Amino acid sequence: MLAFLVSSIRLGMAFLFGSTGETITEKSGHLNLGIPGVMCVGASCGCFAEYLYLSAAGPDANYFLAVFIPIIATMLGGAVMGLIFSFLTVTLRANQNVTGLALTTFGVGVSDYMIAETGAVYSKGSRFFTSSFPFAEDLGWFGELFLSHGILIYLAIIIALVSSFVLTKTRVGLNLRSVGENPATADAAGINVSRYRYAATCIGCAIAGLGGLSFIMDYLNGNWEYCIDAIGWLAIALVIFTVWKPSIAIIGSIIFGALYIASSYITGVSFASKEIFKMLPYVVTIVVLVFTSIRNKRDNQPPQSLGLSYFREER
Amino acid sequence: MKKLNFHIVKREPMVWYKSVLVRAAAIVAALLVSAVVITLLTGKNPLQIYASMISGAFGSSLRIWSLLQNIAILLCISLAVTPAFKMKFWNCGAEGQVLISGLATTAVMMFLGDSLPYPVLLLVMLAASVLAGVVWAVIPAFFKAMWNTNETLFTLMMNYVAIQFVAFFLKYFVKSGSGVLAPMPEHGLPVLAGQSYLLNIIIVAVLTLIVYIYLKKTKHGYEISVVGESENTAKYIGINVRKVVVRTLVVSGALCGIAGLLLVGGTNHTISTTTVDGRGFTAIMVSWLGKFNPVYMVLTSFLIVFLQRGAGQVSTDFRLPSAISDIVTGIILFFIIGCEFFLQYKILSAKNRKEND
Repeated sequence: MLAFLVSSIRLGMAFLFGSTGETITEKSGHLNLGIPGVMCVGASCGCFAEYLYLSAAGPDANYFLAVFIPIIATMLGGAVMGLIFSFLTVTLRANQNVTGLALTTFGVGVSDYMIAETGAVYSKGSRFFTSSFPFAEDLGWFGELFLSHGILIYLAIIIALVSSFVLTKTRVGLNLRSVGENPATADAAGINVSRYRYAATCIGCAIAGLGGLSFIMDYLNGNWEYCIDAIGWLAIALVIFTVWKPSIAIIGSIIFGALYIASSYITGVSFASKEIFKMLPYVVTIVVLVFTSIRNKRDNQPPQSLGLSYFREER
Repeated sequence: MKKLNFHIVKREPMVWYKSVLVRAAAIVAALLVSAVVITLLTGKNPLQIYASMISGAFGSSLRIWSLLQNIAILLCISLAVTPAFKMKFWNCGAEGQVLISGLATTAVMMFLGDSLPYPVLLLVMLAASVLAGVVWAVIPAFFKAMWNTNETLFTLMMNYVAIQFVAFFLKYFVKSGSGVLAPMPEHGLPVLAGQSYLLNIIIVAVLTLIVYIYLKKTKHGYEISVVGESENTAKYIGINVRKVVVRTLVVSGALCGIAGLLLVGGTNHTISTTTVDGRGFTAIMVSWLGKFNPVYMVLTSFLIVFLQRGAGQVSTDFRLPSAISDIVTGIILFFIIGCEFFLQYKILSAKNRKEND
């Protein structure tokens, strides 16, 4: 049971990065379906940076650099993807769904290329990401549940809490939400819609990229053998599941993690029925989506102009 | 705010040859960027790579047939999503709709294949696969029509539910436990003139024509474009928007059903979770790049299939990871998506603007 919870948390945090990033992006009115691709590219950049650093540093690799170099590379990779998305949708006014899907195609290609060229060689780097507080083992179940994790797990929670605070309690957050709800009004109020959308998308993608890094370096212990795009789609699902609130997403992501791996922990179920269990996260998301739309409570709705581009000349 | 020294205005529709030139320029630019990327990644000469792409697509009659077959399937799925898109219903669920229809076809072939006479079997396969596609498309449409539930996200989730159904089916019914279903060509669609893909290609050609007429010349097609332009206008002139949404998704789902039938009954004769292989998403781009016009979509699906088949050949010829094809496709898509801007808008400098005013 404890092992199940710990795994749920480790997997959940990969979702949490993705969904926090996507929430920030969606709050600006951008529906970025490129998140799976962003996560792939982020992970590729991070893993590659780790590989370069470890081969340069050899045995004297220190913890701080071995962790932060990949994190920064990942965020840069994610941000570049965000920049491509915003350039096409904001400056060149392209359709968001189509651009997002092209981003995913591209990102999946990049990460498959990485897998084929380098394979699962990141277990050395992964050790830095999974090492945790040295005293965690002495504290029994409490230590294992809360203190045994690697740095990315805590980073995910911190980022989610900070984003939640910025979105709901600050002027910048208010402006961002107004851009996503009604860009014409925001524009009239003197908010630079394009600048907010660029910034939100790039920051969101940088954060989402960390989800890919977290999945590979932490959850998979560096054994990167298959494409991680399914994680990205689930992160998008999680945004809906948690009704666009990063703070709720902390719990939501652990639930998603639990649902995702439940099939391998449940005993007495046939091999085939486990496939039905894997449907759960998606079915639950659909139910939440339907439920929130029927209840039609204003707090739980998607940003009003989600997926719509804003052109001042076409108001 | 900083004073802008340029200004963007919507332009009049371009003369056709100019718009072709802009698109061609975008593709050339994309190929140049891809060449740089390929050379950086692999150190190979990009010209050799493009030559290998062309041979991969057209090099032998077998490759040409395979190219046409892939175009047919992709085009069929693109035709399926087009009516929905024209209505601004973002159906990202073609992947799942085609897969579930394929599953229905597979089930009919497996359980009824030996007991029914062949013509009846074909009809049952068609009915089952269309029904499955329709059901999968109408569920999100119903919620969209009734409560305005976000269809993009709903249909995306339905894809994964369909994939899990297929995974379940394969594990439950394949007795060996390998999860791989042996092909059943004896229960597949008929083979015309010794060419196994000919029937698929003919069916899709006919469907292209039908969808073109449906969208351009019928009352249904007109209602779809009105709802797509403005729901309020549609309501005002007495169109029942809910009815149009559900009806259009029935059409969309039925076409996905036919795509599933062609893919399973006419091509693979079996099913796996990756049978559709992302075509449901690629179809969205084909449809959008083709301006929702079935005739243009023939060209855009040709372009994308050519790139994918060609890149596949590159990876075998040069022993590169096949992922190169996705990277190149992605880059080319960025450019084509970006070039639409230059077809619709023009940039005037501040000086020109005064003269224009």
